[in-house]
Amino acid sequence: MTVRTPDTGTEHKGTGPEAGDRGPGPVKVRLDVNGVRRDVEIEPRVSLLGALRDELQLTGAKRGCDQGTCGACTVWVDGRRVLACLTLAITCEDAEVTTVEGLAAPDGSGDGQLHAMQEEFIRHDAFQCGYCTPGQIMSAVGCVREGHAGDDREIKEWMSGNICRCAAYPHIRAAIRAARDRV
Amino acid sequence: MTTTAPAPAEGPVGRPLDRVDGHAKVTGAARYAAEVPLPGLTHAVLVGARVAHGRITAIDSTEAERAEGVLAVLTHENLGKIAAQPPLLPSLAGSVAPGETFFPMQGDEIHYAGQHVALVVADTYERALYASRLVRVSYAEEPSVTVIDQGRDQAYEPEAIFAGFIPGRTERGDVEAALGAADVTVDHTFTFAANHHNPIETSAATAYWEGDRLTLHDTTQGVTATQHTVAALLGVPHTRIRVIGHFTGGSFGSKAMVWHHPALAALAARKVGRPVRLALTREQMFVACGHREEQEQHLTLGAGKDGRLVALRHHKLSPTSPFDHWAEPSLGVAGQMYACPNYEGVYRLIRANTTTPTFMRCPGEATGLFALETAMDELAELVDLDPLELRLRNYSESDPASGRPWSSNGLRECLERGAERIGWERRAAPPARDGDWLIGLGMAATAYPVYGPNNPQRARARLYADGTAVVQAAVTDIGTGILTVMTQVAAEALGLPVERCRFEGGDTDLPNVAAAVGSSGAGMVSAAVHAAASALREQLVARAVADEGSPLHGADPAAIDVRDGRMVLRDAPGTGEDYAALLQRNFVPDVEATGSWGPPPHDAPFASMTFGAQFAEVAVDPVLGLVRVRRLAGAFAPGRVLNAKTARSQLMGGMIWGLSQALLEATHMEPATGRWANASLGEYLVPVNADAPDVDVDFIEVQDTVVNPLGVKGVGEVGQAGVAPAIANAIHHAIGRRMRKLPITIEDIVSGG
Amino acid sequence: MRPISYLRAEGTDAVDSALRAVGGDPGSDFLAGGTTEVDLLRQNVLGPRRLVDINRLPLADIEDLPDGGLRIGALARMSEVASSPAVQERFPLVSRALVLGASAQLRHMASMGGNMMQRVRCGYYRDGESPCNKREPGAGCAALAGVSRNHAVLGTSEHCIATHPSDVAVPLVALDARIHTRTLEGEHTYAIDDFFLEPGDAPHREHPLTHGELITAIEVPALPMARRSLYLKVRDRESYEFALVSVAAAIEVRDGKVSGVRIALGGVGTRPWRARRAEDALVGGPATTKSFDLAARAELAVARTTPMNAFKPELARRTLVRALETLTADGSPS
Repeated sequence: MTVRTPDTGTEHKGTGPEAGDRGPGPVKVRLDVNGVRRDVEIEPRVSLLGALRDELQLTGAKRGCDQGTCGACTVWVDGRRVLACLTLAITCEDAEVTTVEGLAAPDGSGDGQLHAMQEEFIRHDAFQCGYCTPGQIMSAVGCVREGHAGDDREIKEWMSGNICRCAAYPHIRAAIRAARDRV
Repeated sequence: MTTTAPAPAEGPVGRPLDRVDGHAKVTGAARYAAEVPLPGLTHAVLVGARVAHGRITAIDSTEAERAEGVLAVLTHENLGKIAAQPPLLPSLAGSVAPGETFFPMQGDEIHYAGQHVALVVADTYERALYASRLVRVSYAEEPSVTVIDQGRDQAYEPEAIFAGFIPGRTERGDVEAALGAADVTVDHTFTFAANHHNPIETSAATAYWEGDRLTLHDTTQGVTATQHTVAALLGVPHTRIRVIGHFTGGSFGSKAMVWHHPALAALAARKVGRPVRLALTREQMFVACGHREEQEQHLTLGAGKDGRLVALRHHKLSPTSPFDHWAEPSLGVAGQMYACPNYEGVYRLIRANTTTPTFMRCPGEATGLFALETAMDELAELVDLDPLELRLRNYSESDPASGRPWSSNGLRECLERGAERIGWERRAAPPARDGDWLIGLGMAATAYPVYGPNNPQRARARLYADGTAVVQAAVTDIGTGILTVMTQVAAEALGLPVERCRFEGGDTDLPNVAAAVGSSGAGMVSAAVHAAASALREQLVARAVADEGSPLHGADPAAIDVRDGRMVLRDAPGTGEDYAALLQRNFVPDVEATGSWGPPPHDAPFASMTFGAQFAEVAVDPVLGLVRVRRLAGAFAPGRVLNAKTARSQLMGGMIWGLSQALLEATHMEPATGRWANASLGEYLVPVNADAPDVDVDFIEVQDTVVNPLGVKGVGEVGQAGVAPAIANAIHHAIGRRMRKLPITIEDIVSGG
Repeated sequence: MRPISYLRAEGTDAVDSALRAVGGDPGSDFLAGGTTEVDLLRQNVLGPRRLVDINRLPLADIEDLPDGGLRIGALARMSEVASSPAVQERFPLVSRALVLGASAQLRHMASMGGNMMQRVRCGYYRDGESPCNKREPGAGCAALAGVSRNHAVLGTSEHCIATHPSDVAVPLVALDARIHTRTLEGEHTYAIDDFFLEPGDAPHREHPLTHGELITAIEVPALPMARRSLYLKVRDRESYEFALVSVAAAIEVRDGKVSGVRIALGGVGTRPWRARRAEDALVGGPATTKSFDLAARAELAVARTTPMNAFKPELARRTLVRALETLTADGSPS
């Protein structure tokens, strides 16, 4: 196993670069985010979270741990809630990425209009500092669509991948209960 | 002292208004400090020391410098010296507020593991992060002390702790004699794991220079604290530093003091001549913004057969840093909770190789009350009293420490209300059983001090000729809902509907307020906003009565009400005019007023505290060692509640924090290396949704005419204190065993079973 | 994270091209769900120069086997397997272990093959710098004298005490699953007992695969008694935490005697721990709490603890007894 090997990463041991190899320097990556084709020039090592935040200025997905332990970076890839911090952006070519910015109206036509889950998060005060909130909301809609919002016990378990340090959990459950029939 | 004006029933203050920043937060539009887009932005990543004590013998940054995209590798060899190390003062003082009186990368000495030894700046985050791993640092390591057990022999009694504000020793009466004469004593040692705040947003600063002017976007509880501290560290005039922080993604004390990274970001930005964003990694959050220290408390209660306390001795031992005499004030509230004539509280410290510990939500109150309130539960058992009755029996109308009357109280009512909500009468019966679970009930009293700022707080209010107003003060939203609440306060004072009032904060260009810490934000900022908005309203009313063109010309200003932006004669509401009409008629584009509020003097003949009561219902599976909290019920008397919705949320969050402290949170120091061994959110456990039960929050109304103009005592922390002992007492009720350690974990239940 | 290049394996020849790409290059790793690989790349623990993305390979199906078993494609996601009716019906302990693992998001990402290959959660391994024989053979083991509450008590050696982190591997071990792999040379099958290696004096070898050998499927043979089985997980948090102790169990009782039993333990072993001693002690004996207890003691007698995890054998004993009691009690398992 290689550890801390100083290397600029431009060469492989064994066989040389093959056809289809991309990187390690910046390459053009074609993303489809919130229904819009977005091309970015990034290194293959850049996470989906990094690409969204630093390249596309879509900072709704949050960096809380970068280790898959907090859920603040939850977005949808092809409709499934996943962690953007452990997803490499380059693996998302040909996939549809949805972030909180595209939740209400993916085409941007919403004009400030909110998704039912967003409305209920506000109404039930399901957040305080707001930092985990976009991840909670993306996860909450996923939770409902997956059919795991039947009762509080189920919501508790299936929303446990999103840490809210302000501990708005009871209100998050209330918001999900209120929104689930409109998702 | 100003008295609380009774609010008109229809006024905005108190209403459960939705958050004014809710839309921004649910859509991702709210920008936090590490999210500000800037042209030419660069990214910085810190490198931490791998040893806890010693010297750097060499730093080899060649490889890091060679890595793609790297612009600079800063170390003690090339960073440059800070202008001065400001003294340790709490950010509530409104002045400099460094997290510790040490600034890293000034020399080769290492005082604690994780101490910043290098800063790598690169054109992308991934490149900076990778290059940070390529900096090779060699150390000459020396023995370190990081836990109580290593330093017990070296403990000392400081003259003062907590930035010099709290004496190391407090005594009244004769504890020794009283304990000797007591009918009953309870005497135990309580141990507490170190805790880390872990807000989900890691600390971050984005810095850029325009000539000699610095702009910093900081994650902070107070932009002014950052401004003062960075100005002092860099030797740059305040006039050339602007700090902006509109949203802070949780803090809980980790951003109450100003740690090293904002100044380092500014220094790096100057070096590379481009904007620098420096965000701590999750792991660095364990070494770069303080912690609640590991502690041991020895508490002895002496009481009569009737349960009345005659003596309370409370000693605390904890590690501090090499630089500062810091202990969270665990003895304070615990020594003021009950009437008790004989008291001794002593802090002892151990110099250890860690950062200076810092404020962490309910700093001291939560740990001190754990010791006191579990001991009280035991005392109740010894004197055969209901635990609730024991609290009532020891109730004090005045502050036992100062002898001054409480400015407002409500404890008795809180205890009664909480008992009702949880169904306390069930406590008299043996614990119920639910399958493998035994159900226990427990309670504890709680309190939190009412802190005030040291200096006047200011705000500014401006009304435009279109009848809308903007009110400003340099306060940052850390999740408390302060922007919403201040909108309500301003709207009420101005007589405007909230929709026509906008509150702005988060910028040192705005009127100065101290950091929102110590549950004091709502009280002190509302005082300033109230003053500014009231001054503006008076100005407008004065203008109307002096204006010959106004229907109110010549009227007595005191006889005028303002509602919905319309000034009217109280006795003849048909007579009046809108603010807007007055200004438009006179071609006045806007009117502005500032207001300030100075805190009550420290020698005011009152003592102030926010009281409450906590009740817990827990299920214990004694075989598998599991404790699951089924319900929490808390009743609190926080004075005037400015927004019932956001206040409830804060108290609820605080109560779940108490659960977390009771059952989950522990940072494990590894004595051999002096490193925190579980520095991640995977291993430092905070509650997830499934851990959080439904929480019942109740308010007891008390009027406080002393603490500040609106009578606000604060809700940020009192919700947390008292929960851990209520849970521990409920565990005792369920399985008959006393828990004297936090957190209470599976092995504690299993090992004794 | 070090610089890496990226190759996506796709098209008709995708499996072979992925095998060629990784098999022929020690600097290449397969990339499936990424939940371990990307995490440990960023932690500087793994150091591939190239990732070969295998997510498009046709290995995601869950197929019925003629004998009533299942063949789970290596790229099936944890969430898909957990919600598969066939898995829920025939192997509830597998479904349950999956649902109790990680979080909903991670389960959507992580593949079953990747789950078998996931790395330990030992903090000393993960920090990329502490002495760790797994990461750097011969470097020593910082966990031995370190913070070891979560570490293993079974199958440890003086070189490594890291706990195997997988939940679902625990029932798979109990079920005698088989791991199917492919290399350029052909297909291979491993009994799951042979797949997870104890650390011994070579903690860096966690499984017998050669570099570039790709898991293609996990075969779960039919086991009628598994229809009545459970996975019981004990942890501090109610969710989203690795096990302190877990038990996967299936039991068949005839006339008050144990006629068949499968037990595996999680959270306590350096590998998902098949409790054969306990099984042997139980078979043919009465299905009583007392015999469950004796069986558990027999299994855990060899446990070696540190001061911080000394509670684990006792907790494991209790959890095992509880699991068997629950299965043999009237009514359905919880």
